[in-house]
Amino acid sequence: MTHASFPRCCAECWHSPERPCPDLVACLASGPLCHESEACASWRVRRQVELRREAPVRPVIFVGTGTCGLGAGAGRTLAAVRAWVDAGAREADVVEVGCIGLCVEEPLVDVQMPGRPRLSFARVSEKKVGPLLDAIFDGHPLPVEPLGQFRHAGATRWPGVAALDAHPFFALQTRWVLEHCGILDPASLDEYLARGGYTALAKALRTMTPAEVCAQVEQSGLRGRGGGGFPTGTKWSIANKQAADQKYMVCNADEGDPGAFMDRAIMESDPHRVLEGLALAAYAIGASKAYIYTRAEYPLAIQRMNAAIADATAYGLLGANVFDSGFSLDIHVKQGAGAFVCGEETALLASIEGRRGMPRPRPPYPAIAGLFGKPTVINNVETLANVPPIVAKGAAWFASIGTASSKGTKVFALSGNVARTGLVEVAMGTALRRIVFEIGGGIPGDRAYKAVQIGGPSGGCIPTSELDIDIDYESLKSVGAMMGSGGLVVMDDGSCMVDVAKFFMDFIQKESCGKCIPCREGTRRMLEILESLTRSRRSEERFEALERFRAVMNLEQLAGVIKDTSLCGLGQSAPNPVLSTLRWFRGEYEAHVFDRRCPAGACRELLVYEIDPVRCKGCGLCVKQCPSDAIVGALKSPHHIIPERCIACGTCVDVCNLDAVLVH
Amino acid sequence: MTAPDFDPIVAKYPSGNRDALIPLLQDVQQQCGYLPREAVVRIGQHLQLPASKVYGVATFFNQFRFQPLGRYHFQVCRGTACHVKKSMQTLTALQRALNIKPGQTSRDGLFSLEVVACLGACGLAPVVAVNGEFHAGASPDLVNRLVRTLRKEAKVK
Repeated sequence: MTHASFPRCCAECWHSPERPCPDLVACLASGPLCHESEACASWRVRRQVELRREAPVRPVIFVGTGTCGLGAGAGRTLAAVRAWVDAGAREADVVEVGCIGLCVEEPLVDVQMPGRPRLSFARVSEKKVGPLLDAIFDGHPLPVEPLGQFRHAGATRWPGVAALDAHPFFALQTRWVLEHCGILDPASLDEYLARGGYTALAKALRTMTPAEVCAQVEQSGLRGRGGGGFPTGTKWSIANKQAADQKYMVCNADEGDPGAFMDRAIMESDPHRVLEGLALAAYAIGASKAYIYTRAEYPLAIQRMNAAIADATAYGLLGANVFDSGFSLDIHVKQGAGAFVCGEETALLASIEGRRGMPRPRPPYPAIAGLFGKPTVINNVETLANVPPIVAKGAAWFASIGTASSKGTKVFALSGNVARTGLVEVAMGTALRRIVFEIGGGIPGDRAYKAVQIGGPSGGCIPTSELDIDIDYESLKSVGAMMGSGGLVVMDDGSCMVDVAKFFMDFIQKESCGKCIPCREGTRRMLEILESLTRSRRSEERFEALERFRAVMNLEQLAGVIKDTSLCGLGQSAPNPVLSTLRWFRGEYEAHVFDRRCPAGACRELLVYEIDPVRCKGCGLCVKQCPSDAIVGALKSPHHIIPERCIACGTCVDVCNLDAVLVH
Repeated sequence: MTAPDFDPIVAKYPSGNRDALIPLLQDVQQQCGYLPREAVVRIGQHLQLPASKVYGVATFFNQFRFQPLGRYHFQVCRGTACHVKKSMQTLTALQRALNIKPGQTSRDGLFSLEVVACLGACGLAPVVAVNGEFHAGASPDLVNRLVRTLRKEAKVK
């Protein structure tokens, strides 16, 4: 892969990474500054306009190719678009963009014709590409309804097409961190620069001391977006005040929370924004080495981050002596090897050092003694992506929205049983109900809302009665949940809360590193209790029934011990899913314990299976698959399940092609 | 089978510091698809660590495998969103269709099955990835069809 080379206006420009120009970013925006030339100035302006696609001369076709887009078939769509352009010898640019966040409508294709605003189309499969592009390019009526059109000053609006930002999914969002996602080409440093990229870094390096940067971030009220919500500026100040020959900055992109994917999307869609934030943080604490610790499961994000680092270094925006300020920064991408506990600071550092990813007691905090014993600050991707505009626009701008204790915006990954899944960025203090029902479009089908799970395995479930809370760090804690990294999984009435608690306990129990006993043994015991609740009575032995009656009591007691005595954040928050479901859905636990039934119908072993003699055609498929030989019947005549033999495994439901197995 | 040569990989990390351990293991796995016994020993020699320590790190992380992968490697996402969208049924269906359990490779070397915590594509739940290619909305039906197609494809080749 070739790296971008710095765009020079003429031979007078002398910038190179070896001999950096201090006014680099300003010069790109309104240059040239070192010499006077009409031609160079107009070339610069033209180039900026072109890169911002304000008035393209050729049509541009944008294809969203984030991981979720590719999963929905964007790769084939992209190939079809390229083939269409080549086959018709059309004059058009094809641009790969990141993810705009509306996952449910992927693959998304945008088309911008000269003099017209950008039009967005949803669910463009490879087959739809030809007819769609034919119609737009030849001026025929559109074969499908577009999702919306962008606002674009000076362009003739498409008649009868709503604005994209009026779409219910986007209307209530405040897109600060995601402003470029899905809009610009993540592989193009020029496009990021043309939209004001790296101005914050230039401003900080040229006009601010590291302490001033820390102070500004502190005043803005930015808190860590990865889970704990520790004030970012305070963390930086502590590290800034340490005297050390070497300090490290680490970007935590080990997004292990199942249900969260905002960090991946930001890295894939706007990698330079993360790099700029990382560089600002490194400058503020005095680090010259930085690591991006990301999951190996995110190959595309790794590839785009590496390319972005190479490009920025080639331009002289990273590397040695940036902007001739004396500040140097080396950034390395480290691939995590798959351990949830590595989201914990000290475990993450152990893993970078090449050891087992196990946490150690704090203090000393990493800001004082971290990676290789040196002061280290660890910030999450979204936190760092918030930093550039804070430095560029000021602390007051950032603090202008949000609640008393939580400022700015938060990105949520909305998924589960909700009509519109995707990435949602809202101001802190937005009501949860609006996120689920207005932005997310509510529950699909004729199901009813039951709960939303927030914060991954350390978080909790929020029932209908608490839907009106305004989301911020404190309000979530008050209902027994936590912000976590911001995964919002919506559940309808088909989800069983005991089953959900069991799912999280199973996850935590597998991911527990095993260092401290409360977490290693305690989570295992809690899982066993939950399993005893969802197991059928048939497989219950003598004293197990007695134990089952004490389940709720035992769970609460164990949870308290694990919370109080675990070593790290993973263990301390491990009982949260159980405690929050116990708090809001106690009746459901009791139905499992005493009535031996699952109200939601999700716990298979507690269900009763029966074959509908009308629907059953007697194909014999279930007879073959039944592990306990509980199904009898002659071929081509309706079968019957012998209740005494049935172990309620549910296999017959899965294999029946005629939906003839009834469950109740 | 001749023993694969790990020297080119080891040579990429001349410093021999311990922080090269995980990248080294990842590179070997990238090349071989798993961590062969010889590689663990060779890496230990290079980093001056006993093989037991190398093995200790390798077994701690979910990424490392000690068995070769099948030609088609299935990863079933068991994240929260996928769980809510009934990924357990998908997993059961896959186990039945491939006749292997998670972590195993089928005897003919065609298929291997792995359960992953989250693939990060929750908007498309439930998700199954085959050799890194994502399949959205993977119902038991869809994966059954997928397995049939792959079996046919394997016969042709």
